[in-house]
Amino acid sequence: MEGLLTAPYTGYVYPNEMVIPWTLMIAIYPYLTGLVAGAFTVSSMHHAFGMERFKPVARFALLTSLSCMLFVPLPLILHLGHPERAFNAMITPHLSSAFAMFGFFAAFYVVLLALECWFAFRADNVARARSSTGLLRTFYRAITLWSDDVSTNALAYDRKWLLALAIIGIPGAHGLHGYVGFVYGSLKSREWWGSDMMPVVFIFSAIISGMALCIVLYVIAANVRRIKIDFACLKGMAYTLWGFMMFTLLLEALEFANLVYKGKEGIEIIMEYVRGPLFVRLFVVQFGFGALLPIAIIGGMIARGTRGKAFIVGLTISSLLVLMSVFMMRWNVVIGGQEISKTMKGLLTYIPPLYGRQGIIAGCAVMVAPFLMLWLLTRLFPPWGDMSQEEPQ
Amino acid sequence: MTQDASKDKPGRRDFLRTAGKALVAGAMGGGALLAESAAQSEKSAADKAGASFPTDDYDWTEHRWAYGIDATRCIGCLRCVEACKSENGVQPDAHHFRTWVERYVYLEGEEKARVDSHNDPQNIAASGSESEYRFDNRYKDAEVTKAFFVPKMCNQCQHPSCVQVCPVGATFRTEDGVVLIDQTYCIGCEYCVQACPYGARYFNEETRTSDKCTWCYHRITKGLLPACVEVCPVEARIFGDLNDPSSTINEFIHENRVHVLKPETGNAPTCFYVGLDKEVS
Repeated sequence: MEGLLTAPYTGYVYPNEMVIPWTLMIAIYPYLTGLVAGAFTVSSMHHAFGMERFKPVARFALLTSLSCMLFVPLPLILHLGHPERAFNAMITPHLSSAFAMFGFFAAFYVVLLALECWFAFRADNVARARSSTGLLRTFYRAITLWSDDVSTNALAYDRKWLLALAIIGIPGAHGLHGYVGFVYGSLKSREWWGSDMMPVVFIFSAIISGMALCIVLYVIAANVRRIKIDFACLKGMAYTLWGFMMFTLLLEALEFANLVYKGKEGIEIIMEYVRGPLFVRLFVVQFGFGALLPIAIIGGMIARGTRGKAFIVGLTISSLLVLMSVFMMRWNVVIGGQEISKTMKGLLTYIPPLYGRQGIIAGCAVMVAPFLMLWLLTRLFPPWGDMSQEEPQ
Repeated sequence: MTQDASKDKPGRRDFLRTAGKALVAGAMGGGALLAESAAQSEKSAADKAGASFPTDDYDWTEHRWAYGIDATRCIGCLRCVEACKSENGVQPDAHHFRTWVERYVYLEGEEKARVDSHNDPQNIAASGSESEYRFDNRYKDAEVTKAFFVPKMCNQCQHPSCVQVCPVGATFRTEDGVVLIDQTYCIGCEYCVQACPYGARYFNEETRTSDKCTWCYHRITKGLLPACVEVCPVEARIFGDLNDPSSTINEFIHENRVHVLKPETGNAPTCFYVGLDKEVS
């Protein structure tokens, strides 16, 4: 039994509330699903909407989405009191629960992503199977399911599937993430969560976090590989990020305004929370440094026509700020909701522990794991040169 | 079923449990989960049978339990809290309660009540230990205009949000109106803890599952009263069967103007109060 961590409080809170139920892992979970949905959006810009300028990152974004998705269940499993019973939710799903379908949605989405990757990388894998020897050859042969057909017809067939999967994947990815928003938004026990706008806010913040992640990873990858960054591609991502950020900020502001303007019972304690412990986390970190500043930086660069290294540096910094801001948003939603007591007469303070399976170290490990997976996948399936889109030899 | 009820059903379920364990050793988790699922199916079959469930001499279709709390009678002695902790093996600390008592005090010149309970550091200091429960005497020199105690517990709602959100169906409402947790099936996600508007649920670190008041289901199915009702010296806690026209709970509901907590949630509690105040939530 891990040591009992009780949250300090002010005012009056129910005695059972002093042990905060959902902690760091439950903040990481929606962050990861958001990255999945956002990275998928980047890849779909090319695969579904045919936007050529996104081609250099399309398959890389797809692998990023898959890498994050593979680890989405991990924080949940680490949180469970009985992780060995996790599959009970799939064996006997209790259909009235907003969470009952998670396992099915997640499994569906992993399959969809894996299938899309399979079609996106098939031609490359056939070529790699031909050019490699030994175990590696067997591996690539197995990955291609022992099919080496890269005829015009076969590639056209691949593209058709890619398009279909990308089209299904867009509502799939955003549905999965909007669903996470619904898990919180549908709870009537917490005023901070019980918002109809929560799923929409989650979807928009997902898009910007995934877009920002792809920008950062693309810049890092280009530097590691010592290749020239495709400026048109980067600028396309910058425009998209900028636009969606303004939508996201507007939605979040509207959601907050709604809560304050309605001024329902307990608004006093919410305002005490917002003005007090949440002020820095919400207004300074999430909205100020994480939203307004990057909007201003990217907007300024677009207006001034900034190019070259300055643009890359400015955009990367802005993207990192966005990634931080979206994590802060997840934290402020998940932890924030629980720091306002159900009594509406008191506030709690959650201090995350360093150790333990829900501690900061474990959380960092969960956040690093998808990127190790991405590194491995990009080694096995380099996403940079796209053979599936080229004419056959 | 929770705790005791499952103990009364040996035989095939035990066999399945053993088979489940063997499968874990042989074929990892998947087999065990299937076996557990089979045990669940057996339970559902017993549910459908209705009569003589959960024990041989108790038919849950014949009862409709309800609870009454007369807050005007409560003296804050906390014998109920101690009895509950002892009867149900609730962790002896100030953060796990199946039932607790809140103290509301209005001081002269103040519009809002001051509220405290067993988690309050001053009360813990007064009792000398987190495992003993007492209200300190902090208002002895103050001008108190109004003060009262409100016992709290699971409201055994007719539309329980905890049951609604459980992803595996481990928590359920019985035919006789009590919300229980199957602790052999609960995955410990704590979604129900979040969903309960009353703060009545908590995570049990020993079983690693959710936990809550069951109105002492192991007692009421044997014709006994819940422990908290049994020990209350002022009859502030009333328990009975709504199906019995002469029961004390029917009398309580008929003779008083009763309220429920947080009616706006739509949870429809079956825990009825007399003597609430605007500040009680």
